Amino acid sequence: MNTAAPSKSRDDYDVIVVGSGAAGGMTAFVLAVHGVKVLMLEAGRDYDPVTETPMFQLPSEAPLRGVSTPDKPFGFFDATVDGGWTVPGEPYASADGVDFMWWRSRMLGGRTNHWGRISLRMGPYDYKPYSRDGLGFDWPMTYEDMAPWYDRTEALIGVFGSNEGLENTPNSSPGVLQPPPAPRVHELLTQKACHKQLDIPVIPSHLAILTERQDHERLPQQLFPGNALAQRVLRDSMRERAACFWATPCGRGCSIKANFQSTTVLLPPALATGNLDIRTDAMAREVTLDAKGHANGVHYVDKRTGQDEHVSAKLVVLAASACETARIMLNSKSTLFPEGVGNSSGLVGKYLMDTVGASVGGRIPALENMPPHNQDGASGMHLYMPWWGYQQQVKGELDFARGYHIEFGGGRGMPGAWTFAGLGGRTNGAYGQRFKEEARKDYGTGMYFAGRGEMIPNEDCYCEIDPSGAVDEWGIPTLKFHWKWSEHELNQCRHMQHTFRDIITAMGGEVTSEIHDDGAKAIAAPGEIIHEVGGAIMGADPGKSVVDQYCRSHEVPNLFVTDGACFVSNADKNPTLSIMAIAWRAAEHMVEEMNKGAFS
Amino acid sequence: MSHADNPAGGAPRLARRQVIQLIAAAAAAPVFWSSARAQGSSVKGPKGTPTDPDLINPAQAWELKLTEAEREQLKVLCDLIIPADERSPAASAIGAQDFIDEWVSAPYPAMAGDLEKVRKGLAWLETEAGSRFGAAFGSLEEGQQHAICDDICHPPAAKPEHVETAWFFDRVRMLTAMAFYTTREGMADIQYVGNVPLPKWDPPPDAALRHVGLI
Repeated sequence: MNTAAPSKSRDDYDVIVVGSGAAGGMTAFVLAVHGVKVLMLEAGRDYDPVTETPMFQLPSEAPLRGVSTPDKPFGFFDATVDGGWTVPGEPYASADGVDFMWWRSRMLGGRTNHWGRISLRMGPYDYKPYSRDGLGFDWPMTYEDMAPWYDRTEALIGVFGSNEGLENTPNSSPGVLQPPPAPRVHELLTQKACHKQLDIPVIPSHLAILTERQDHERLPQQLFPGNALAQRVLRDSMRERAACFWATPCGRGCSIKANFQSTTVLLPPALATGNLDIRTDAMAREVTLDAKGHANGVHYVDKRTGQDEHVSAKLVVLAASACETARIMLNSKSTLFPEGVGNSSGLVGKYLMDTVGASVGGRIPALENMPPHNQDGASGMHLYMPWWGYQQQVKGELDFARGYHIEFGGGRGMPGAWTFAGLGGRTNGAYGQRFKEEARKDYGTGMYFAGRGEMIPNEDCYCEIDPSGAVDEWGIPTLKFHWKWSEHELNQCRHMQHTFRDIITAMGGEVTSEIHDDGAKAIAAPGEIIHEVGGAIMGADPGKSVVDQYCRSHEVPNLFVTDGACFVSNADKNPTLSIMAIAWRAAEHMVEEMNKGAFS
Repeated sequence: MSHADNPAGGAPRLARRQVIQLIAAAAAAPVFWSSARAQGSSVKGPKGTPTDPDLINPAQAWELKLTEAEREQLKVLCDLIIPADERSPAASAIGAQDFIDEWVSAPYPAMAGDLEKVRKGLAWLETEAGSRFGAAFGSLEEGQQHAICDDICHPPAAKPEHVETAWFFDRVRMLTAMAFYTTREGMADIQYVGNVPLPKWDPPPDAALRHVGLI
């Protein structure tokens, strides 16, 4: 994108933001529209979805029909470049018996370029989980504190969905959500089975995709009353965004800016203020402190030269993704903070969480020979199942404490490389004309159901600077991960497996993957769901947390952590929307404090 | 992605991955970046490396390993698996054999072993055609080809002496389907009608709802 090349001499930034994804993009955007001079450091390269997104390309136009490879782990056309479970030159380690998977996206906009756009609010229970069941920790703020920031975030980025008034599944304020698209046939069939036979709610999903153009006159005024600069850049930026044209996979990114990416929605208006400079290929190494113990800048490696550089500012925001932020803090050692900046509590890197994931596949004969019609839709799911078992848990009827929602898919979307991979076996060896006929009948009958559940933080899940002394290509000490699931997560996975089997059976279908009664066999690897949060958790007590509810370090008053590292719990609701709401609230707080002269 | 322009046999075909690695090595050398650095500008766009390929103009990135004779044999087999009919062309017409060559030659763990599997299987087909019908597999009558394929088309049902080749056939069938149904022609065959921009999104047609008993 058209990032401004910062002038070499300029070193009078108010704020350095490390990271350009959901948290970094939102923090920088909010600060910049309030007139704050921001320098953003991004470890990856510059990236422009408008010119680089392969929109209508068929899998046959990609190497290997676009299948996943170690170089492009979500497939060739996935938006992620220079990213994945392994990044060349940037190793990490896991403790014995642990297989932590750490996804990085070294590119402007980070993981927002390819994410699933699933945008679910955390609810009242999710902010006070300890109070409800005695496990984990409460957040320092309540859902009611956060509700206005969810409204703002949803209105800014554009989220479709509906208000159903279900337990711990909050409504948005009137006029905030965009209308949800009509469900597809297989989604309606699933809904019917779940409602009639299983009493599982199936409701419109909430995805950060525009189903209609944003009201570029009303929204900027509502979001930034009295702020002419913010209104101007937002009006222009919203005008640039088209509504979804119901084609092409969101995971590739979106050149018409219909879905949310930091690079299409947050960074363009932030740059348009003239208050944001972005340095890409800038790999942050550590936060530097002055004699008073206040942050005064960031050391980073310019990947193009291999040189160590330093930039200074009045305030530093870490938004590099949960584990990378913890890594930077742990690597920022000083006399004052020998265990890493802001880490006198010893909690930096601790209480890492991911989402609990398990899935089941099936085939639904009722969908065979479906009359052809376009089922592409909004790329992702139009319906989903929010967690429905809160009252069962209150009554002690379930052997796990927290819930999960169900994401599901199927239907006659664009065939991919694996669509008919198992057809030969399923048809007892069809080939020739019979194979073609079987493929016609079979197309669109496959479905999957994936659980996305809440993990309870525990002391065995953390990252530390690798005691072996390992460093990455840039000489920066690397992370080592430790992990242990509790019975809550494993039992939840068993429940997922049985529920998905029941749904497929209720639809008259056949389960095509193994159903595990042992949750440990069904659960996705830690990190695999790419919802890692925690590592610099927030709280009111400086002895038990790293930052306060405004993401501000308890110990270094001008150091903030606005990404998922500050998460205290990891509700089943996918974290990106909450990351942005929390980051926006924190950024407004920074501005208020600045206006009071706090960091001058 | 078509390799139709590749020379038939002779010199090794393009090894673009090696070329890319050379470019990447050059990029890491200080001299390459000196001018950009002097201007203080970021480098835009894909680097053309395996982890940052040009997504709009994809390049074939590794040397293809099948011989021209093996590709010709594969063509026959691919067309037995997906023949032409009134609705769509045969697999070879969309280059299934080229895709299989690309696949078995790929440098990734998921494809490891497939080159040997395909080579051995193709060789078995020739031997079997020769001993059973006294001719090359490709020149047999279609009924004779089917007689051989029927023995190896379903691994769980294959005789012990055919099991290994049956897995070869199964793999070629999977790869042929991967190649075919990801093309415009294959998608038309199964009546995929998406990947086109729509002005608005409509609920499913009544015929579809009726089909599954929702109305």
